[in-house]
Amino acid sequence: MLLRYFIRRLLWMIPFLFVVSIVVFALIQAPPGDFLTTYVAKMAESNEGIDQATLERMREQYGLDRSLPVQYWKWISGLAVGDFGQSFEWNQSAWSVIKSRLPLTLVLMLSTFIFAWGVALPIGIYSAVRKYTVGDYVVTFFGFLGLATPNFLLALVVLYLGVRFFGVHMGGLFSDEYEGEPWSLAKVIDLYKHLWIGILVLGTAILASLIRIMRANLLDELSKPYVTTARAKGMAEWKLILKYPVRIALNPFISIIGIYFPALISGAVVTAVVLGYPTLGPLMLQSLLAQDMHLAGGILMIMCSLTVVGMLISDILLALLDPRVRYD
Amino acid sequence: MLKTSVEDKVDARGDVILDIRDLATHFPMRNATVHAVDGVSLKLRRGKTTCVVGESGSGKSVTARSVLQIVDAPGRIVGGTIALRTGGGEVDIATLHPRSRAIRAIRGRDIAMIFQEPMSSLSPVHTIGNQIIESIRLHEKVTKAEARARAIELLAQVEIREPEKAIDQYTFEFSGGMRQRAMIAMALSCNPQVLIADEPTTALDVTTQAEILDLMRSLQEKHDMAIMFITHDMGVVAEIADDVVVMRHGKVVETGEVNEIFANPRHAYTRRLLESVVKLEQRAEIKRPEAEVLAEQTDPILSVKNVSVVFPLRGPKRKGPARGFRAVNDVSFDLRRGESLGIVGESGSGKTTLGRVLASVLSPSEGGIRFHENGGAGGDVGQLEGEALRNYRRQVRMVFQDPHGSLNPRMTVGQIVAEPLLNNGIARGDALRDRVYDLLEQVGLPAAVAERYPHAFSGGQRQRICIARAIALEPRVVICDEATSALDVSIRSQVLDLLIRLQERLDLSFVFIAHDIGVVRYFCDRVAVMRKGEIVEMGPASQVCDNPQHPYTKALISAVPHPDPTARSMHLRHRYEDAGVS
Repeated sequence: MLLRYFIRRLLWMIPFLFVVSIVVFALIQAPPGDFLTTYVAKMAESNEGIDQATLERMREQYGLDRSLPVQYWKWISGLAVGDFGQSFEWNQSAWSVIKSRLPLTLVLMLSTFIFAWGVALPIGIYSAVRKYTVGDYVVTFFGFLGLATPNFLLALVVLYLGVRFFGVHMGGLFSDEYEGEPWSLAKVIDLYKHLWIGILVLGTAILASLIRIMRANLLDELSKPYVTTARAKGMAEWKLILKYPVRIALNPFISIIGIYFPALISGAVVTAVVLGYPTLGPLMLQSLLAQDMHLAGGILMIMCSLTVVGMLISDILLALLDPRVRYD
Repeated sequence: MLKTSVEDKVDARGDVILDIRDLATHFPMRNATVHAVDGVSLKLRRGKTTCVVGESGSGKSVTARSVLQIVDAPGRIVGGTIALRTGGGEVDIATLHPRSRAIRAIRGRDIAMIFQEPMSSLSPVHTIGNQIIESIRLHEKVTKAEARARAIELLAQVEIREPEKAIDQYTFEFSGGMRQRAMIAMALSCNPQVLIADEPTTALDVTTQAEILDLMRSLQEKHDMAIMFITHDMGVVAEIADDVVVMRHGKVVETGEVNEIFANPRHAYTRRLLESVVKLEQRAEIKRPEAEVLAEQTDPILSVKNVSVVFPLRGPKRKGPARGFRAVNDVSFDLRRGESLGIVGESGSGKTTLGRVLASVLSPSEGGIRFHENGGAGGDVGQLEGEALRNYRRQVRMVFQDPHGSLNPRMTVGQIVAEPLLNNGIARGDALRDRVYDLLEQVGLPAAVAERYPHAFSGGQRQRICIARAIALEPRVVICDEATSALDVSIRSQVLDLLIRLQERLDLSFVFIAHDIGVVRYFCDRVAVMRKGEIVEMGPASQVCDNPQHPYTKALISAVPHPDPTARSMHLRHRYEDAGVS
């Protein structure tokens, strides 16, 4: 049953991503001009003229002289076999540019994700069970503080504190001695020594809303009759709270995974720039500015796929967790 | 069967298993302390059923919860003793901390409890078996396999079919009656000596209620349990009680043996309670005689012809011709001018769906309704559009079951009553205000209430507000969907009397949808009995209620408990297709 559901959902991804690809392509083409006009403008700024013949040659080489449907077809038929096309700006295949940044982006995203959910869950439970107590107010206050503070500002503050009090620059992902080194345990540890700032900064932004979601759900559930039933059986209070209302209150907490998944990548652009992280966010921004069509399109497609995968994961978790979803 | 009164039994200490004295449970609120239970004393005897009766707010539920120390925050036991006398000696539950190990050992093992809502009282995401096994293993050191075997045995005991299969099912796969059986199985899992049942049958249909009451009685005999049965239904009390405790405003007003209470109620409140119950056992006195109304043969105002409502089925198996669930199946009747037509049926019989079709909220899949506004042939309601449809909706109004849910809490009573008048551009300014005051007066509320919000009113008063809103546009037909079901019995007859008076004054026709035979007999001239979307019997109220012809109607009527303990008849009831085994 669950397997069939899983397969059906996977198959649905195909038409969905196809539609997404059209939207993505249209959006990239929406601004006036193309990569070459941007390129010429940039050249002109630095007083390097470029002759018309070279321009024509490049236009032909990149296929920018073709009509839009043809360009789209070339791109999408390449995508179907895993060819993301050529990045104009980097002069190499778009995939190799993306590939160099994807793993770290995923590591950052998943770490942030685990941090935020892992911290929000117990705090949310605590502040629901102890609602309107000092503890509830304190965590709520700090949660909202984290929500209200812009990420990049928090990142700047943390960087400043690092330099001011510890004399270290905490930006980037690796210390100088590990840059370019092969992977080792020590390098992973070093990575997390730097990455925790990003995790903290990105995590706090969603922490508050996650806590509020968990708190509100649990508050609804705590007054349900089945909680009283469990109490009347003679269960210990914490045990019954964790087994019954928390279990049911988890539903919205999990279904929101799919929504936050893409937000974690795209929303991290400014923070990544401030912290100097070589992740996909800044790359996407840059490629969009340069109208580097294939690279920008590739990144957007990957993000959309991740969104769909995030939704799928949350739906499968829901089905595992709640039999009512399974039987529907 | 001869029974001595509770007082005489006090000395026989071995008999009394739970002895509550001067119990006080208070809820400290911001402005004042609510004395929910205020000096209650009562005793539970081994093998006997003590019914605690009272209307909403009487403190009966809080009393029950105090016994297990599971009163919702901020409620707290502030005085009195709750002596539990088990084999091991005597414990005063009132002195135990609500989170203590000692009280947890008593909950479920010595005293078990079942609740009103079988739907929400069990976890929807755990199997029945999981929840029963858990309560066994909370109190006894047995392996999972042993506990599982016992759970299956328990499910068999509460007459759930195929217990080996049922144990791994979820609550949403069970009907209401099955859930309540599972709940009872769970409560009995550790052989408790006291069972507290808080309105366990209130949410169930009468035939299911009869089955559950049967079951509880036989289990009580088997286990020699004391049962504390909380209810507001005097019929149920008469059917099952040995002793009765009448509560009001957190206090016990009268205690006694059941026959004694029904035959010679000493307290004025008990008398009033019984009177209002007995009053609903027959046709309202203020109504014209049934024969007279029926003899008039007035013209129909609504003609329902072969109406069916089919809800399409969802799900992956949608091969073949379009199938669906027929909620209403080929129903035809006339609603005559000035009459009250009752539609009775159990849950799922399609009565509410039919009501919604009449109100043109839902379109019939087949058949049609004609509205004879001015006596003529009338138009098909399904064809109405625009102004004509708006006119129909002005002429046919609804009153719903839940007076809490059907009033916008952010609007004043005046705004609520004025809304239909404003929406239809009937009145504005001073004229509107006067009309609202007039309407409120008609439903027996002072004009001053217009400034206040719905939360300031009791259930009965809110239902009066709903009625004022329904009659604001001077409709011809009012559809009442379980309009009195959520009200206490004494309030119920008041609201019904109000409707009867309005009917006389405003020449209204009522479609009165109810599951309660009592109110239908009291209020209606004719009755239609619905089952699985079809009308199985229709006729004058007196005939259908007192001399039913269709076997289903017979089963339904005979399952209704009567407020007379000397004539317990539920075990003699008719059964229809074994409809009760749910």
